Amino acid sequence: MAKTPIRRMKDLPSSHLFGSGTPMCAGCGGLESLHQIYEILGPRTVFVNAAGCMTLLAIYPFTPFRGSWLYTAMASAPAGAQGIRDALDILLEQQRMEPAEDLNVVVLTGDGSANGMGLSATSAAMERNLDFLYICYDNEGYGNTGQQFSAATPHGARTATSTGPHGFSGNKKDLFSIWAAHKPAYVATAIGAEPVDLARKIEAAKQLKGPRLIITLAPCPPGWDFDPRDAADIGKLAVKTGIWPLKEYVDGKVVHSKIPHPRLPVEEYLQTQGRFSHLFHPRRDEGLLAEIQDSVDRYWNGITE
Amino acid sequence: MRPKLLTGNAAAAWGARLARVDYVPAFPITPQTEIIETLGRWIEGAEMPGRMVTLESEHSMITAAGAAASTGVRVFSATSSQGLLYGMEMIYTVAGWRAPFVLVNVSRGLASPITLEPDHNDVLAARDSGFLQIHCATCQEVLDSVIMAYRIAEDPRVRLPVIVNLDGFYLSFTREPVDIPEPDSVADFLPAYDPESTRFRASSPNSQAVAVLGGAPYSYFRYESHLASLNALGVHTEVAEAFAQQFGRRYEAVEAYRCEDAEIIFLMIGSFATKAKAAVDGLRNAGESVGLARPRLLRPLPTDELARILGGKQAVAVIDQNISMGMGGVLHAELASTLYGKANAPPVLTSFIGGLGGRDISPEEFYEIAAITREAVKSGVTPPPRLLYTEQEYREVQKLQAIAHAERYEVGAE
Repeated sequence: MAKTPIRRMKDLPSSHLFGSGTPMCAGCGGLESLHQIYEILGPRTVFVNAAGCMTLLAIYPFTPFRGSWLYTAMASAPAGAQGIRDALDILLEQQRMEPAEDLNVVVLTGDGSANGMGLSATSAAMERNLDFLYICYDNEGYGNTGQQFSAATPHGARTATSTGPHGFSGNKKDLFSIWAAHKPAYVATAIGAEPVDLARKIEAAKQLKGPRLIITLAPCPPGWDFDPRDAADIGKLAVKTGIWPLKEYVDGKVVHSKIPHPRLPVEEYLQTQGRFSHLFHPRRDEGLLAEIQDSVDRYWNGITE
Repeated sequence: MRPKLLTGNAAAAWGARLARVDYVPAFPITPQTEIIETLGRWIEGAEMPGRMVTLESEHSMITAAGAAASTGVRVFSATSSQGLLYGMEMIYTVAGWRAPFVLVNVSRGLASPITLEPDHNDVLAARDSGFLQIHCATCQEVLDSVIMAYRIAEDPRVRLPVIVNLDGFYLSFTREPVDIPEPDSVADFLPAYDPESTRFRASSPNSQAVAVLGGAPYSYFRYESHLASLNALGVHTEVAEAFAQQFGRRYEAVEAYRCEDAEIIFLMIGSFATKAKAAVDGLRNAGESVGLARPRLLRPLPTDELARILGGKQAVAVIDQNISMGMGGVLHAELASTLYGKANAPPVLTSFIGGLGGRDISPEEFYEIAAITREAVKSGVTPPPRLLYTEQEYREVQKLQAIAHAERYEVGAE
C-alpha cells in the first residue's frame, strides 16, 4: 500500500518541511505530532483550522506551512473542508483545473472543537462521506484559553475550572468510539512520542479515500504543568501505562497497534504532571488513584489485538 | 419571451440557475425551502450543472459557501430568519474572507416569540457584517438582483458576498409575472467568475483568513472591507446601467417614486414598499404631494443618493418593518445619520414601526402616516415613534390573553 513502509525510525522522512519559529509553547505535544504529520502529508495540502492553539500558527504575514491554510471558526472546520473539497472536485470534473493542482484537505482542530461544538459538523461530514483527513491534537482541555476543562479532560485532572481537591469530576469523552460509530474509512489514535506508529497511521490514512480521523494526544507543558523537556517522556508513559491506547479502526474493526506489556502502573504517568499533584500531595488520594487505575485496567481487560 | 408566473422563491432559483452557479450548499428553512428544492430538482434532473450539498446547519452551510468561493467557484445559498442568525458567526467571518458569493435571505421575523411570517430584523442583524444587501420589492427584481449581485460581488473592486433579500410569504410565495432572461444574454452580461488569487491550488499555496496580532493590521483589513463595500456604490451604478442595456430593466440604488415634486416622502424597503406606492397614488389623487423612496441597496447605504432625493422636502416618514429594542426603527436611525447636518435636510423625520411578523399595513394607515407627518411639519414638533397597531388587533390579543388566563385557572395553576 505505502510507497515505503515505515517500520523503524530510519524510515521516517526528515525533510523538515514544517517551518520553525511558531508561537506554540516549548514542548508542545501538538506541534511535535503536527511536525511529523506534515512530513508525511507534504505541501500539497490545505489545512482547515478551527479556533484553538494552532490558530496561532498562521499570523499575518507568517505561516510555517509550505502549502495552504484556511482558518474557519470553532464549530465548522469540517464544513470548510466540505466547501473546499467540493469546489476542487467541481473544478476537476469540469476540467477547469489540472489534476496536479489538487490538494489533500486536512482539518486541524483541538479537542475542544472536536469533542464539543465541532462534533456536529464532523458527524455530518462523515455521514456525507467527505474525502478528508481530520487531525485532532488532544491536550485534554481548552488549552488556548488557559486550560479550562473540556469534554476530553481526564477524570481527576486539575484544570483552571476544576481546582477542587478531586480535580475534574467528569470522564474523558470516548471520541474515538464516537467517530468509529460513523463507520468512516479510518480512525486512529496516535501520539508524537511514538513517531513510527504515528507516521505509519498517517501514511495509512493518506492512502485511503473518505473520512479519515486521527486523534493525537498532545502533552501540554503549561496546561498539564510539567517541564517542557519531559514532553516526549510523558507521551511515552501515556502509552506504556495504557492510559492512552494506540489503536486503529479500519474495515469495521478496532485493532491496537501497541499493547503495552508489561503495562506500567498509571501513577507513573500521573505523578509526572502538576495537574495530578493533588493525588499525591499532601497525602495520597488512594481512592481516586485506584479509580483511575481501575478504569485503565477495565479498558485493557480482554483486549488481545 | 412571454413572462411566466413565478413565486419570489422560484425567481431566486432562476437567478441562480441563469448565473450558472457551480455550488449550492443548502439547509432547509421556511419560507426559503422552495429555493433549494427547485435548484435540487434542476440539478438532479440535469437541467442545470452544479452540485448541491445539504449541510447540517446554516453555520456549516455558510462556512462551506465561503470556503468553496475561496477555492474559486461560483456559489449560491439561501436562508431565512433563525437560520441566518444561526450562521451569523460565519456571515461576519466569510465577508472578511472577501469570498464573493450570493446568499438569498427570505425575511422572516425572529424569535421570540417564534413565527414564520416576515419582517426585517433577521436581515438587519447582518447589517454590519460586510455582506452587501440588496432589498427586493417584486419577483422580477429578485431574479434580476441575483444576477446583478454576482457581477457586483465578483468585481475586483468589491470582492464581498451579497445578500439578496425578499420578504417571506408576501414575495416568497406570491406569483407574479416574471420575464426570464435568455441564458446566452445572461452569459454576455455575467462572464465566468475569475477568482484571480482567491483560490487554493497546489502550485500556488495560499493562506486565507489568518489571524492578526494587534489593532493596526486588524483595523487595516476591516477598513479595507469597508472601502470595498463603498466601492460597490459605483459598481452598482455601472452594473445597473449594463443590465438596463442588456435587458431593458433599470434598477437604481434608491427607487424614487413620484418624489420630484413631493413635499412628504415615505421611506421603506422590501415588498411592503409596493403598498406604500399604491398609497402614494391614492394620496396624489386626493391632491397630496407625497412620494416614496425605496433604498434597494442598504449596504453600502447610498447616502448621497438619499440626500439628493430627500433634500429640500418638508418631511420624511420612515416606516420600519423592524424594531431595535430600546431604540426603535433601524432605518429611521440610519436616515437621521445620513441627513443630519446636510444642507436642505428635511426638518421633520417621523418614525413608524409596522409590518412586524407579517402584520399588514393598510392604505388607511399610510394615509394616517401622511397626516401625522404633515401635522408635524405644521407644528414643528416631531411626534415620538409609533407602532402601527389597531384597536381591533389589541382586542384580539386581549381575547387570546383571556383564553390563556381561563385555561390556566381551569387546570388549577391559579
